[in-house]
Amino acid sequence: MAECGASGSGSSGDSLDKSITLPPDEIFRNLENAKRFAIDIGGSLTKLAYYSTVQHKVARVRSFDHSDKDTEQDHEPPYEISVQEEVTARLHFVKFENTYIEACLDFIKDHLVNTETKVIQATGGGAYKFKDLIEEKLQLKVDKEDVMTCLIKGCNFVLKNIPHEAFMYQKGSNPEFRFQTNHPSVFPYLLVSIGSGVSIVKVETEDRFEWIGGSSIGGGTFWGLGALLTKTKKFDELLHLASRGQHTNVDMLVQDIYGGAHQTLGLSGNLIASSFGKSATADTEFSKEDMAKSLLHMISNDIGQLACLYARLHCLDRVYFGGFFIRGHPVTMRTITYSINFFSKGEVQALFLRHEGYLGAIGAFLKGAEQDNPNQYSWEENYAGSSGLMSSSPELCPTQRPRSGTFDLLEMDRLERPLVNLPLLLDPSSYVPDTVDLTDDALARKYWLTCFEEALDGVVKRAVASQPGSVDAAERAEKFRQKYWNKLQTLRQQPFAYGTLTVRSLLDTREHCLNEFNFPDPYSKVKQKDNGVALKCFQRVIHSLDALGWEERQLALVKGLLAGNVFDWGAKAVSDVLESDPQFGFEEAKRKLQERPWLVDSYSKWLQRLKGPPHKCALIFADNSGVDVILGVFPFVRELLSRGTEVILACNSGPALNDVTYSESLIVAERIAAMDPVVRSALGEGRLLLMQTGSSSPCLDLSRLDKGLAVLVRERGADLVVIEGMGRAVHTNYHAALRCESLKLAVIKNSWLAERLGGRLFSVIFKYEVPAE
Amino acid sequence: MGAGRLGAPMERHWGVSASSVREPAPGGPDGRRREPLRRRANSASASAVGASASAEGVRRDRPGSYSGATSASRQRVESLRKKRPLFPWFGLDIGGTLVKLVYFEPKDITAEEEEEEVESLKSIRKYLTSNVAYGSTGIRDVHLELKDLTLCGRKGNLHFIRFPTHDMPAFIQMGRDKNFSSLHTVFCATGGGAYKFEQDFLTIGDLQLCKLDELDCLIKGILYIDSVGFNGRSQCYYFENPADSEKCQKLPFDLRNPYPLLLVNIGSGVSILAVYSKDNYKRVTGTSLGGGTFFGLCCLLTGCTTFEEALEMASRGDSTKVDKLVRDIYGGDYERFGLPGWAVASSFGNMMSKEKREAVSKEDLARATLITITNNIGSIARMCALNENINQVVFVGNFLRINTIAMRLLAYALDYWSKGQLKALFSEHEGWCDRMYGRDINMSATLIRFFRVILELLEHSLSY
Repeated sequence: MAECGASGSGSSGDSLDKSITLPPDEIFRNLENAKRFAIDIGGSLTKLAYYSTVQHKVARVRSFDHSDKDTEQDHEPPYEISVQEEVTARLHFVKFENTYIEACLDFIKDHLVNTETKVIQATGGGAYKFKDLIEEKLQLKVDKEDVMTCLIKGCNFVLKNIPHEAFMYQKGSNPEFRFQTNHPSVFPYLLVSIGSGVSIVKVETEDRFEWIGGSSIGGGTFWGLGALLTKTKKFDELLHLASRGQHTNVDMLVQDIYGGAHQTLGLSGNLIASSFGKSATADTEFSKEDMAKSLLHMISNDIGQLACLYARLHCLDRVYFGGFFIRGHPVTMRTITYSINFFSKGEVQALFLRHEGYLGAIGAFLKGAEQDNPNQYSWEENYAGSSGLMSSSPELCPTQRPRSGTFDLLEMDRLERPLVNLPLLLDPSSYVPDTVDLTDDALARKYWLTCFEEALDGVVKRAVASQPGSVDAAERAEKFRQKYWNKLQTLRQQPFAYGTLTVRSLLDTREHCLNEFNFPDPYSKVKQKDNGVALKCFQRVIHSLDALGWEERQLALVKGLLAGNVFDWGAKAVSDVLESDPQFGFEEAKRKLQERPWLVDSYSKWLQRLKGPPHKCALIFADNSGVDVILGVFPFVRELLSRGTEVILACNSGPALNDVTYSESLIVAERIAAMDPVVRSALGEGRLLLMQTGSSSPCLDLSRLDKGLAVLVRERGADLVVIEGMGRAVHTNYHAALRCESLKLAVIKNSWLAERLGGRLFSVIFKYEVPAE
Repeated sequence: MGAGRLGAPMERHWGVSASSVREPAPGGPDGRRREPLRRRANSASASAVGASASAEGVRRDRPGSYSGATSASRQRVESLRKKRPLFPWFGLDIGGTLVKLVYFEPKDITAEEEEEEVESLKSIRKYLTSNVAYGSTGIRDVHLELKDLTLCGRKGNLHFIRFPTHDMPAFIQMGRDKNFSSLHTVFCATGGGAYKFEQDFLTIGDLQLCKLDELDCLIKGILYIDSVGFNGRSQCYYFENPADSEKCQKLPFDLRNPYPLLLVNIGSGVSILAVYSKDNYKRVTGTSLGGGTFFGLCCLLTGCTTFEEALEMASRGDSTKVDKLVRDIYGGDYERFGLPGWAVASSFGNMMSKEKREAVSKEDLARATLITITNNIGSIARMCALNENINQVVFVGNFLRINTIAMRLLAYALDYWSKGQLKALFSEHEGWCDRMYGRDINMSATLIRFFRVILELLEHSLSY
């Protein structure tokens, strides 16, 4: 019933294997600074959680002090870059078989250097059993936490903080995993935890939940009864038996009674009329496989039916399933999904969670960490440090997992700032940032995975080059290569490993892996140089723009935005040109652009709009450093300001490729203000505001934006959103519907994508949208 | 078609004389020989196919030849009396495993009628009533016979004959050989086989089956019998203090306002019906965890061969050795959720452990199987009642035959988990036999259905 993950003592996880040698540096990472532990011990798996701080290098930019200089030297960079140590918070979760528990505790004890921690929060059915061992090994007092409270705390946490946490599972369909975009309000929902029994809990708010029912027919019934019937002792073996069996040999079907379907009741002939019904009539021996399959169906159907009955009674349509019976087993997810679809006639969704196994540990940890207020922060799954879904599933385990599939990791980074929805989203609950779902689109997946593989050499080279003074840069870069390469291979086999696979997730994973090996900002020097060059051209560009007539100027401004966007080190075609021809200039870029009419071209509509009253406030998401932001975005901003429109310029909080970061944008703006009175006064009067997005991705997720930005957008009544660049306006947000006018601009710098969209390289997307009244 | 010709082929087909038939005697050598058949009897169709009914039981407690019928049913009988359907009066219930045939033998045949009676009809009557076994598998349950029954103004005996469903083709073939179709009678049939064999009846036997929906039959049968009453008493009852063996007592329940009613029919599987009026009902849901599951699992777990044996073992077992209770996990009640320590947390949960698997008896396993299935049915029924907003739940079906443990558990579980909001009701016909003989004598849903089949048969015949 309420026991989750706990089980009888007959499980495999009883005997402690002390001889085991761990690959500890890969598993209990970052243990030196660990403080605050929690442990969830189930029937066969232990989940350990700890909080630690990560020291990593960040590239900081700082303005030079110009006061004692009259003029700038041509070769001098516009600002200085320094690499500093930064401390961020990270949550580590490690899942391993109970067999390893003693070895693991020993390891932790040996490596725990600095800790004022006195208590370890423990949950799960095994917490009692291992209490003494934990207390003895770690010298920590075991504090038992309620299983269900932990489970629900954990569930709320992952649903809020991990995009694509929940998924539907449909065996045989393409894709088999359908990830859910995070709903702005996760409550209320039904959680059905299938441990040895079944608990059905209605969760209404962060702190309020109610046990509304349960059933004694659960995982323990499958295991216990299965062991009696088949003499097979292990749960996994039973599942394996079941996956090979034929339940129709054991069950009495409707067609066995009616000869076919029961028309008047609408019951199909294949329906089970009586589970194990045939074992009462036939004197034959039944195979283990068939009995296990029949048992699996019996239990899954029963749970599904009860879940539907409870969902209906409480008017809920989202049901999350968890517990050891489910835990990533395709066999049980399949039968449960089938049952829910059957009994609810499609009205209830059976949802599963990627990190279901960690919920108890996460919850126990959060309980212990309440004074740190973990819930007031936003967290992010670290793709570099986390194992993907089903990494431990034997039939799916990629060959390159070095030691064993028994260790599974989850790491979550605490973000500096809380993230929220952009208030201008038309319907936050249906907003999907990504344009193409690569789990769905096999052709696109193949292309992009290959594309990222091919680009890897260049990224490694750039990473090494960005740290000329470092002795181990090459070594670290090589580790980075290996790590990212492995991730790409995992994703080839299991595209669903980290939720919906998208170009964004591939880019983000690369950023996480770079950070992992202390390449915080490989493009910092490139950006510095580009910004310097572009700043020098700023005034010339402004003068030539000001010389144009109004209508010509509008087109020139838009072309400038687009041309600036060609300067993007993220796209392979561009980096090739830039590497070989550093003199590739702004004008050159303009010539590369497609002539109007563009691939997507609503410029005339935009021009018409500009002839009307000015916008109140424009929110602009900037893309690249250098030419893009300085010669493309700022002139455009300046024009808006002159029209009387306030402007919020939002840049990434952290580095990603050559994208301009918030701190760089501050310096750039300062330098431009020094040259340009329009920008200067706007900054001074608060009509031009520089903000950070809260993101460090080359793409843009409008459902996870810095709270301060969201507040400002609301306060200023933003009525225009400008999104530029392939990452933000094409890979993501191309279909995003907003409540206000929007401009999505990009140059397609990838021939494959251009072709797919029906154009050629350097095709232009200019999408001006006005929401329907 | 002569009498001799009808009798002879039947003997040829069904092949065994009356002398070879013995009554079932559980435990005895003859009882054993019959067991494969009796095993099947308990696991037939999805909606409760009873093994048999008790003639003696019926004789003693029978509702007086329908003389105590309500005005509605009396009117119906009156109208039937005016224009009586032609004999023979047959009804078939074709389950997944067993076919049950009821035959009304008129005892008040006048000399005039006797003369008019066609030979084939006469030979059927003589053949069926003078034998107790037909072929190697057909059996007439003499002890179930309802004697001196007044039906449609005719006095007669109601006979119960059963044979395995797999002999259905032979039965149909016989109907063809004997040219049953010339009798202008209607074969009313219910049960899954009415659908399964409909085409065979038509193409081979040239017989058009009048198919009756079994759930329809069940509901109308129940309401009919209830209207007839049970020796002047209510035929519905409930348990007071079901959990307490000392204080537990059966009390009559007045089902004067039967609607709405949740009807839970526990056969091999379970069907749950919400009944709003005689003609307005819907199947709410069903579960495949029913009597067949209990019996099937018991066969596999304990090697038992009859339903009775399974129940008998269960009555001596201790399920708490097999199941993991809330107190096994929490040491007592789980107060956070208001779960009592005695509640089962995981059915068969203790069986995950090898040592505990080795320590349980077959009786314990049988008991746990019974408790598991029964609790689950109770739980689903309770949720359906809540969703449908119905507070009286009538449990019927073969599974409850001589199954006081299950009935008391259902009564208790429904009351406890609904905090007294729901009442579990049972039909006298299930409990009867228990009291009278403690064996396989039971009126159960099958018999209830037959009343309906017969009525339908008669009603239908009027149009001919």
